[in-house]
Amino acid sequence: MAEFTLPANSKIGVGETYKAAAGAKNIKTFKVYRWTPDDGQKPRIDTYEVDMDSCGPMVLDALIKIKNETDSSLTFRRSCREGVCGSCAMNIDGTNTLACTKYISDVKGDIKIYPLPHMPVVRDLVPDLNVPYAQLASIEPWLKSDSPPPTRERLQSPEERARLDGLWECILCFCCSTSCPSYWWSGDRYLGPAILLQAYRWLADSRDEAKGERLDNLEDPFRLYRCHTIMNCTKTCPKSLNPAKAIAEIKKMLVERTV
Amino acid sequence: MSVVNRPSNRPLSPHLQIYRWQLTSVLSILHRATGIALSVGALYLATWVMYAAAGPRAYALFQDFNASILGRIVLGGWLFSAFYHLCNGIRHLFWDACYGFELKDAYRSGWIVVAVSLLATVLSWIVGLRLV
Repeated sequence: MAEFTLPANSKIGVGETYKAAAGAKNIKTFKVYRWTPDDGQKPRIDTYEVDMDSCGPMVLDALIKIKNETDSSLTFRRSCREGVCGSCAMNIDGTNTLACTKYISDVKGDIKIYPLPHMPVVRDLVPDLNVPYAQLASIEPWLKSDSPPPTRERLQSPEERARLDGLWECILCFCCSTSCPSYWWSGDRYLGPAILLQAYRWLADSRDEAKGERLDNLEDPFRLYRCHTIMNCTKTCPKSLNPAKAIAEIKKMLVERTV
Repeated sequence: MSVVNRPSNRPLSPHLQIYRWQLTSVLSILHRATGIALSVGALYLATWVMYAAAGPRAYALFQDFNASILGRIVLGGWLFSAFYHLCNGIRHLFWDACYGFELKDAYRSGWIVVAVSLLATVLSWIVGLRLV
């Protein structure tokens, strides 16, 4: 049953405020979710004033500036800082996106930053992604083939290759899965949009020979059919992919094989 | 024991509390809400029929309630629920056939569903009053 409220240990309190240095003229305020396993306290929101005249344009720039100059305990994942690794996925200004490709100037007023929604928090902005990773493994995201390996590459026509466009670009940041109310309420059994897009990526691959087996594994009231086409996934994807459409294609394949 | 496998006192990150409402999620929850309203409305219709079967005086009693402010809200809400659930159901049929998934198409069809169901509600209300 869906729990619409936060458990007692997850209620969010008010934290500390870190003022910008005196003389800063161009100030933007960042309100950031904080939690550490070390002190037994509940989560809190810390407020950081950042001088925009000495800060890069992206939300990730501001987080790194805060960590370098104000509060070294602030914890978040980041790596490529150009939207190809998916590490810095978080909830910024109410929707999930990558901190490295989100312009600070796109947000009016204070910038509120939370970890990806409805996930266990490891620390601050770092969610525990073990469940979605295990779900990814469950769809066996690799090429499966019974036919003897050819002496050279497995060839595809340009058309067959084009069917993978919009699928292979996924960076597994899980912005989509953690934007999905169905995944919030049934994330232990529903695979979620990110994993189902990956599942379709292999179903759509002309070289893969395990289509029937893959569809068998997906045909389940929870694993696939918890998708109710809410479309928060497509709305939030920082790579402008379309998980909702990929899921609909899977549902259509399941119908087509029964008729 | 590794950090990853530590028994969890980890908090759950906020979700409904902080996620921005948007047309996609609002229309989805409205579809479910109107579905529930239609089920309750079916009971209301059944009650109406029972009062009609119980004779003119009982029926007049029920009609008095229908004419009250609360009765009008109930009937108007049921009417809107019927039209919205119908229109959005058609939108879902298109989705089932894999049409209309581009974000701008989903927004366009969403606003069309809202506009058509509001318009149909008002029109059928007016037509209904004329027939009385």
